[in-house]
Formats: sequence, C-alpha cells, structure tokens
Amino acid sequence: MKNMLMSLALGAGLSVAAVSAASAATLDDVKAKGFIQCGANTSLIGFGFPDDQNNWTGLDVDFCRALAAAIFNDPTKVKFTPLSAKERFTALQSGEIDVLSRNTTWTMSRDTSLGLKFAGVTYYDGQGFMVKKSLGVNSSLNLNGASVCTQTGTTTELNLADYFKANNMTYQVVAFEQEQEVLKAYEDGRCDVYTTDQSGIYAQRLKLAAPDDHVVLPEIISKEPLGPVVRQGDDAWFNVVKWTYFALLNAEELGITSKNVGEMMNSTNPEVTRFMGKEGDFGVAIGLTNDWAAQIVKHVGNYGEIFERNLGESSQLKIARGKNALWTKGGLQYAPPIR
Amino acid sequence: MTDLSSSHAWVRTKDAERLPPPPNTTGVVGWLLQNLFNTPLNSVFTIIGVAFIAWIGWGIIEWAIIRGVFSGESRDACVAVPDSGACWPYVAAKFHQFVYGFYPFDQRWRVNICFIVGAIALATMAIPSLPYKKWNALFLLVVYPLMTFVLLTGGNLDFSTSTLLGIVGLLLLSALIVPLLAFGIEEGVQRNRTALLLAGAALLIWLVTLFISMPEINLLGSFVSVSTLAVVALLLAAAIMSLVHEASSRDVSARSALLGWVGACCAVIAVLLVMTVDFGLVAVETQQWGGLLVTMVVAITGIVASLPLGILLALGRRSKMPVVRLFSVVFIEVWRGVPLITVLFMSSIMLPLFLPEGVNFDKLLRALVGTALFSAAYMAETVRGGLQAIPKGQYEAAQALGLSYWRTMSLIVLPQALKIVIPGIVNSFISLFKDTTLVLIIGLFDLLGIVKASFADPKWAAPQTASTGFFVAALMFWVFCFGMSRYSIYMERRLATGHKRRGI
Repeated sequence: MKNMLMSLALGAGLSVAAVSAASAATLDDVKAKGFIQCGANTSLIGFGFPDDQNNWTGLDVDFCRALAAAIFNDPTKVKFTPLSAKERFTALQSGEIDVLSRNTTWTMSRDTSLGLKFAGVTYYDGQGFMVKKSLGVNSSLNLNGASVCTQTGTTTELNLADYFKANNMTYQVVAFEQEQEVLKAYEDGRCDVYTTDQSGIYAQRLKLAAPDDHVVLPEIISKEPLGPVVRQGDDAWFNVVKWTYFALLNAEELGITSKNVGEMMNSTNPEVTRFMGKEGDFGVAIGLTNDWAAQIVKHVGNYGEIFERNLGESSQLKIARGKNALWTKGGLQYAPPIR
Repeated sequence: MTDLSSSHAWVRTKDAERLPPPPNTTGVVGWLLQNLFNTPLNSVFTIIGVAFIAWIGWGIIEWAIIRGVFSGESRDACVAVPDSGACWPYVAAKFHQFVYGFYPFDQRWRVNICFIVGAIALATMAIPSLPYKKWNALFLLVVYPLMTFVLLTGGNLDFSTSTLLGIVGLLLLSALIVPLLAFGIEEGVQRNRTALLLAGAALLIWLVTLFISMPEINLLGSFVSVSTLAVVALLLAAAIMSLVHEASSRDVSARSALLGWVGACCAVIAVLLVMTVDFGLVAVETQQWGGLLVTMVVAITGIVASLPLGILLALGRRSKMPVVRLFSVVFIEVWRGVPLITVLFMSSIMLPLFLPEGVNFDKLLRALVGTALFSAAYMAETVRGGLQAIPKGQYEAAQALGLSYWRTMSLIVLPQALKIVIPGIVNSFISLFKDTTLVLIIGLFDLLGIVKASFADPKWAAPQTASTGFFVAALMFWVFCFGMSRYSIYMERRLATGHKRRGI
C-alpha cells in the first residue's frame, strides 16, 4: 500500500512537473517556460546524434537551436526529446514537444489528415546511387546492365524499378534483409551499385574500409523532402518556425554569416537592413524582437554554414550541396524576401 | 601328527601394501578418460567440441586483441590499419555514455554514489554471514530508492494543490481499512458502518464533480471548490470515526492495526517531505539519463516492485474470496496476454492521447510502471507454482496451531514456496533485465540503445565500430546476468534443507 501511494504521489508530482501546454498559443507557452522542447532523432548520422561530449549535433538539431536563438537570443534554450519514428507524431500531437525536427518526410497525408503542418524543407533527400570509382561512371544514366545491391521490402526497390524502366535500362537486383548485409555485399563486389536514400549512402560510405574509393552519383531518383513539423491550428507558432527557416536561407543568399554579422549591421543594402531589423517591424510582427534574424545568424550561422558543419565538406560525410544549394546556385532552396 | 601350520600353504598376517590406483583413473588424465573419452563416440564429440571452442575463442581473441586497434583519436585510427579488428578507442571515447548516458558531467558523482551505495547494500544483504539483515533490507527497500530518487532527479518536487489533496484523501481512505484488518472483513464492516457510509458519500461527491463544476470560495487566500471541502470533511469524519473506534477498543489486534496505520502514514508523509525538500541539487531530467543507468533503474525497479506485487497476486489467485480471485486472474491474464513491446507502445503512444492536453507523464516513469506491472504478472505465476507445491498438511497444521491467514502464509507457506521457486524467480529477473532493451523503441536510451546511438557519430563511423559496440554491450549484459544466476545457485544450495535433489 505504501509503495503504491508513493508511486502514485511520484507520478502525480512528475506529471505536474512535466506539464507542457499544447494549447493554441505555443509561442507564448514557449516564452513562459523559457525553452523549446524539440523532438529530435534518437540518432541519425549528420542530422541528430550525441557526440563524445553529449552534445546533440546535426542539421535537424541545429534548426531547433536556430529557433531558440530567434526567440530567446540564446541557442542553448532548447531541450531535445529523442523520439523513435513511431512515436514522433503522437509526441507532437499530445503537446509533449513544440516542434518536430527529425528527418520527417513531407507527404500529403501527414500534412493534411494527421493534423500537422510542415514549415519547410531543410533537406531535400531522395534515393541515390554509389559506385566504385574504378568503374569510371559519373551519371546514373550510364548504369545500363549494372547489378544493384538494395534492401528488400522497401520503396527503394520500387523506385529502382521505375527509374530503370523509365530510362530504358536493364539491371539486376541483389537484395538483402539487413542494411549491414547490403553494404557487405557491395563491398565484397557482389554488385556494382549500392542504393538507398542519398544522405544514408554518405553515412554508409564511412563504414567502408576505403570510403574514398567510392563515389556517390549526383542523380536523385525519388523525393524525400525533410523538414520541421508543427501542430495545425497555431499559425503564430507556425510562422515563427517557417520564418526561422527562411531567415537561414535569406542570410546565406545575402552573404551574412556568423562571422560577418557584426559588420553587416552597418550595411546600407536595404535588404540587409530589413534582415537585421534596423528597418521595419518584421520581427515584432511575428511576436519576436526585430533583430531575431540577426540573432539566428550570430549564434547558429546561415543555412550554408549549418550544412557545411554537419553534412558538407568540413564534416566526415562530405555531402555535396546538390539540390540543397540555393536557387541562385542551381538548387531548390528558395526563401521569400523579408519585406 | 599333522602340523597345522604346514597344512595351510600360507596365511597372510599383514595387510598387503596398498597400490596406487591405475594411473589412467586418477588426476587430470583419469578425469578426462572417465568423462570425455569414455566411449569412442564421446571421444569424437569431445574433439569436435574442443575444436569448435578453440575456433570461436581464437576468433574472438584474434579480432579483439591481435587485430584490435588500441589507440587513436577518431575513426581514422581504426580505418588506417588494413583489415583491423575491434576499434577500442571508440569504446574508450564513448564508454562514459554507455554508463551514464547524457547525465551532465559535473553531476555524475550522484550516479556514482547511487551505484556504489547500491552495490555495498546489496553485497551486505547477499552475504548470509553478515548481521542486521532486517535493517539492511529496510535500507534497501525504503531508504535506498528514496535516496536514488532524490540524487538522480535532484528531488525538490513541486506538488500541486490537487495532488496534495489527492494524497490526503487517500491517506484518510486508508484509515477505513484499519478496522477491516483488525477484525476481518465482516465484523470490521459491521463495527464501522457509519464511517464507511460517510466515505461512500465522499466518493460519490467526488465522482459527481468530475462532470459538474462547483462554485469556489476563498479560503485562506486561495480558492477551493465547495465540493473539495465537502469531500475532505466527510473523509476526515469517516477516518476519525474509524480511528477513534479502534483506539477505544481494548482488542490487541485493533491496537496493533492502529499503530501500523499511524506508522504507515508517518512514513508516507516523511517520504513526501524528503521528495519536496530542496537539497540544492541541480535537477536532471530523465531525458538526460541513459546507458547502464537506465538499464539498472528499469531493471531494479521492475525486480523490486514485481516480487511483492507478484506474491500478492499469487495469493489473490488462490484466495477463496471471489472478487479478489477474479481481480488477480484478470490482472495476470491481461498482462501476460500482451507482449511487453505493446505495453511500452501503449504507455508512450496511446497514453498521451488519453490524457488531457498538456498533461504528460514522464516517459521513463511510464516505462517503469509498465515493466513493473508486466513482470509482476509473470512473477505471480512463478510464485503460484511454489504455493501449489506445498502439501495441504502444512496449511492444516498451521490452522491447527491457530495461526491467522497472514501468519500461516508468512511463517509456514511462503518461506517454503519461495525457496522452491528460486530458479523461476531468478529466471524472471534475468529476462526482465534483458527485456529492458525494449525501452529503446520508445526513445529511451538503455545500454543497447546508447550503444546503437553512438554508431551515428561520424567521428567514429568505421567498418568495425558496430561490431565493437555490440561486443561491449553483450559483455556488460552477460556479466550482470551471469552474476545473478550464480547467486541464485548459491542461495538454492544454502536453503536446500529438506528435499534436496541432485543436479542443481
């Protein structure tokens, strides 16, 4: 009896301590409690994982930090809730987290019937190919007659069939149950090509004995737009998340980086002055301070910096910008102007 | 004349000198010949077996030590060596995470204290020759959980008014049970009818307020609803009535029941006080726990909670009271009929949807309650096996001595029954310990979960990282499970007083 009482009391106490409001005014709640509760990946290379010093690192994680910088002028005011793929939407719906930034693919059903809203695409992923450098292939259109290693029972296999058929090429599939088996088979030379989502390919390449002997082909044959998610019905919060993403892109486009953000304050370029909050009340209009965008760049950097740090050349993954380059450089990342 | 001595050829007057046993029946050689090479078939099996062990063992040694990489700062060290084996610098860099998870570096002494105190208390408890077992048990079951709770979370809980009111209500309600304990159910109800009626009225009002809101009045500066006041007043009256009744009674059992209730209430209040007092510790959210710490917390809570719960359920299932029996049967069958993974999914995915918006139970707490109830159901069936093995004569003898039900159980039946089912109990413990890995799927990092999470660090992603990580995790699990199993064998031998059978 006593134990039961204790656990009851304990449960009730913890529940009260862990109250996080799921009411419509998420922005006010976040400001009141003083931090953002961010749903993160349990561990995905390049997107969200704990490093040796227990810091969560990665592109998705940095987005939450940017959000914290925009609201609190302090990127550390964010708490991460590691979520498995199955529980991520419940956690958001029930108000356990304020924003879900966990390599979640934007699909129609999720965007509409699940009661969620995608604030943007922080990473355009999709299925890609990896081959040995020695084959001398530089486009997936040259893969006619190749044998391809893949995992069974995934959409990967279907995309593969569609792509080769659409381009009138033949191929042989070598399928395995486990991710590790696929990689092993590819490494042992049982097939010419390794295929899975492109960010995954870069991660798997690190597990090869000689990563530099393999090249990831530039083509992407399927659409996996990944981005942060919020609850439907809270437009103020949705705007803050969406414009945090746009601010990251605009900063890169305007050439504002975490290093030169101080000098840029004195810029006379009207676009930059609006971005910095020296002109207009754009920040106040969405419930933040006017220098919200400058704070983001100061603490977290622009989109390009985040990408480079976690996925690009300065990381172990060395993922090319590709579709994630700015629209001015042939990519898909495009943000409406601040005005 | 016959010479007697000459009619017998020769009579031995001294014992012959003892010869040593044949050399092939003693020592190592003898043991080998007797046990491993006694028939041609066995010889063949022995050779195959030894070859297999040598092959596996050599493989492990070769991979772990001979080809292993022992120093380095990042994956490059493990990749640089061609055809390298285990990547030990990765384990060295991540080992603190395997043990503490993401517990803040400067607060880890708190976890260490919990580990060390727990190990010492458990060791003194486990070694039979050491004294003060009762106090030791009290420490382990009451003080230690409280201490770990405060140390690990930081304590300083903030109870809301409604929670406190709920606890007060439950305490008052528990006072009604005192007469039932003292006089048995029928007589207890009769003696305490008015108090029970009052309590019933209070419960009714409480149920009504769940659907209808009541006006609130200002009391000592805070607003309290009229119904809450009424419920508390009614319960208070009921509790006082039943307690006064007990106190005025001269019956010994009434007095001891009353004393027991007072003691229990004091303990609950003390526990609440300790949990709410600010010890100046930084609060560490359960989200930051991980690794061995989470595995131990889940496993030990499960083990400690499941044994008493399981015993009660087993007794309930064999009880003659239909309601108690039905409750126990339904509870056991429901929990046994559901896989643990479903329980965990329910607790982490369904429960938040049922709760009112904005109310969240701590994720770890949900998993703890789930695993504890789940293992209690299994434990109940294990214990029931032991109860059924006790001959009826034991119960009858206890009754003939005039022992009450609880005394019969605690003095005669349970000590024998539990001794029989030690292997089963430890079996449950071990499987529970390993089942803790399932909390991975609800986003908690147990030992295995944190090892898996570390594979995603590009700093250490190398061909041998995964195999090294899994090897370490397997080794850590094995050490704990093997320890438990050895201790259970030791206890069985020690307690094997009566029906000892060979081949333990």
